[in-house]
Amino acid sequence: MTGEIGQLALCLALALSLVMAVSGIAGARNGAASAQAIASGAANGLFVFIALAFGALTYASIVSDFSLLNVAQNSHTLKPLIYKISGVWGNHEGSMLLWVLVLAVYSAAISWSRRGSSQLTSAALGVQGILAIAFLVFILLTSNPFLRLDPAPFEGNGLNPLLQDFGLAVHPPMLYCGYVGLSASFAYAAAALITKERDWARAARPFMLVAWIALTLGIALGSWWAYYDLGWGGFWFWDPVENASLMPWLVATALLHSALATERTGAFRSWTLLLAIAAFSLSLIGTFLVRSGVLSSVHSFANDPERGVFILAMIVGAIGGALGLFAWRAPSLEGGTSFEPASRETALLLNNVFLVASTATVFVGTLYPLALDAMTGTKISVGPPFFAITFAPIFIALLLLVPFGPRLGWRRGDLAAALRTLAPAVGIALVTTFAILTFTSPHTLAGAGAFGVAAWLIAASAIDLRARGLKTLQAGALASALAHAGLGVTLMGVAGTTLWKSEALEELGPGETMSVAGYTLRFDGVKAAQGPNYDAARATITVLSGGREIAVMHPEKRIFPAEGQDTIQTAIRTTIVSDLYLALGDQRDKGRWIVRAYVNPLAPLIWLGALVMALGGFAALWSRLRVSRTAGAAVPAPAE
Amino acid sequence: MRVALALALVLFASLAQASPAPDALSDPAQEARARNLQKELRCLVCQGESLDESNASLAVDLRHLIRMRIKAGDSDKQIVDFLVSRYGDFILMEPPFEPGTYALWLTPFAVLILGAGIAMWVVVRARKSPPGEV
Repeated sequence: MTGEIGQLALCLALALSLVMAVSGIAGARNGAASAQAIASGAANGLFVFIALAFGALTYASIVSDFSLLNVAQNSHTLKPLIYKISGVWGNHEGSMLLWVLVLAVYSAAISWSRRGSSQLTSAALGVQGILAIAFLVFILLTSNPFLRLDPAPFEGNGLNPLLQDFGLAVHPPMLYCGYVGLSASFAYAAAALITKERDWARAARPFMLVAWIALTLGIALGSWWAYYDLGWGGFWFWDPVENASLMPWLVATALLHSALATERTGAFRSWTLLLAIAAFSLSLIGTFLVRSGVLSSVHSFANDPERGVFILAMIVGAIGGALGLFAWRAPSLEGGTSFEPASRETALLLNNVFLVASTATVFVGTLYPLALDAMTGTKISVGPPFFAITFAPIFIALLLLVPFGPRLGWRRGDLAAALRTLAPAVGIALVTTFAILTFTSPHTLAGAGAFGVAAWLIAASAIDLRARGLKTLQAGALASALAHAGLGVTLMGVAGTTLWKSEALEELGPGETMSVAGYTLRFDGVKAAQGPNYDAARATITVLSGGREIAVMHPEKRIFPAEGQDTIQTAIRTTIVSDLYLALGDQRDKGRWIVRAYVNPLAPLIWLGALVMALGGFAALWSRLRVSRTAGAAVPAPAE
Repeated sequence: MRVALALALVLFASLAQASPAPDALSDPAQEARARNLQKELRCLVCQGESLDESNASLAVDLRHLIRMRIKAGDSDKQIVDFLVSRYGDFILMEPPFEPGTYALWLTPFAVLILGAGIAMWVVVRARKSPPGEV
């Protein structure tokens, strides 16, 4: 029964998305309140029915209803409850259902928003309706999660053990909130072009912020997972799938900054529209790359060319349609604006130049090997060294400029005054660089420079807050200070681990020791242990420092009989300033195991920094929602 | 008492020092060369991992091969050339700079320069346009 309910709910959701698309666009064109109300109602109905379908699939997974093909292929009765739930989006069909669920949540949120004119909201809902139609047809035709299996098997195939992990349970919904959140900016941008509404950025801002926060956290979660799960302490691989999530983040960051200028002074109006289109287009391209099987990895659940062609058609339709609309309508939206070379506008423009160049770098680095292979049959790899030569200098140059933005006024800023205010930060940065070069080893000039840039970002943010006065501080200023300082914190973590990582790999028998970066590790043997759906070899390793026992750690190897796969479970002891990281390798002779040990100084700062950036996003969101409530009551149409 | 126990443990532990990892080269300089090479070469069967990071059996074999070659006295370049002749440019983490990859290497900086040019034009134009018109 559950399957039929889900199937019916999806069909009804498709019907509602048609209603939403037609009435949304019609309501925007003729301004009829009735059409607008229908679009709003359809958006909420869409959410209800997709939530129902998603709930049906989740229920089927929880009760192990193997008469559903999707559940039989991806679940198992012994799987713990949390992974029965997260397993819903741990496969292609379920993850696409999650995608439209998030789309429906944003659509409903747009229908409740009172920040734009009713025509703008209506057009945005219409665009969201078109996107929902495309994705629902895609699900129903090529990726239906409610297909039946007869006879139902007694047991399911289980979920890839790599995905049975808390970080990976949370990572996809977070990332989707980001990817799909950019659909709201896209919808508002398209709506602005349809209705010729100039003040669209203000309405779209909260959605941009939510999407950006979710992308930041989603990428950080993915990187954290790679760090603790893959067993050698790497946190970023420049893997095409990671790149696919980084590109929308870079463009969304550019969009947030450019939209700030558009909203405030009307500058860069068409450019901001273009960025909103590009950000969502890159989300779609990311989905295509990950889901089509063009790139095979833990993320691509199915290699199905038919799905790839369908998604490709959606990308071409969405990008082509939006760009066509842009070419047709954008010129009528543009208005001249004036600002001095030393101004906030120029700073935001430079931010965009560097972020777009960074995005272009990731884009060619990801797609060039595919294109080259398709055209000439030559296979090349584009690995971390490429990005170290291209992406790193461009991004570091951006970071050097970041602190000037908040210190320059709109239209006409005072560069000399900004420099005077920031002088102590320059000093702190130079002292940091010098101290790293003098007192630490091993060091490289690039590594010390990276620490200097990190110190510059953090110190400049603190100075900015102080200069604005802590008592009269506005949440908006706090937002930029936190986001920029967070970049510095992450950079510090990246530089610290890269420079000072120590590692050791040894074969140990019971009672034997190895040492890594001042720690002595005593191998106390391996015992068999039993998890809910796996068998584990659980090592006991005692950590000694200066002759004293400071910890006992248990890295594991796990074997999942249902899935026939094994995974490793690392043990990490963190002090925030440093991680001691242990992974259990293969068994050699009886009782003798390979143990890999790493000390990763400052590694936790990588993700802590992302958290600080996200907090900055929350501060911005809070200031927006609060300001709109107070301003909305007093002034019906804000002057900005 | 606890100190004595800990001391005893340390002493005992140092007596039972572990045997070194199975394939490490005894000469630290040679081992460092091997590690550096491993980081520049790609595991051919993995998704974006270098030979240094991968646990795949092909990666284990290639790590072994690199060490054999270093022991036999080959230079880094000889080893890399040998592997490229066998597996193609695909094995290099850093793609070569040659006509087929000019576009790859130059796009980032071309976009940056183009963007900077456009930005300059926008700034100059924004200064000229009459104030007050928004």
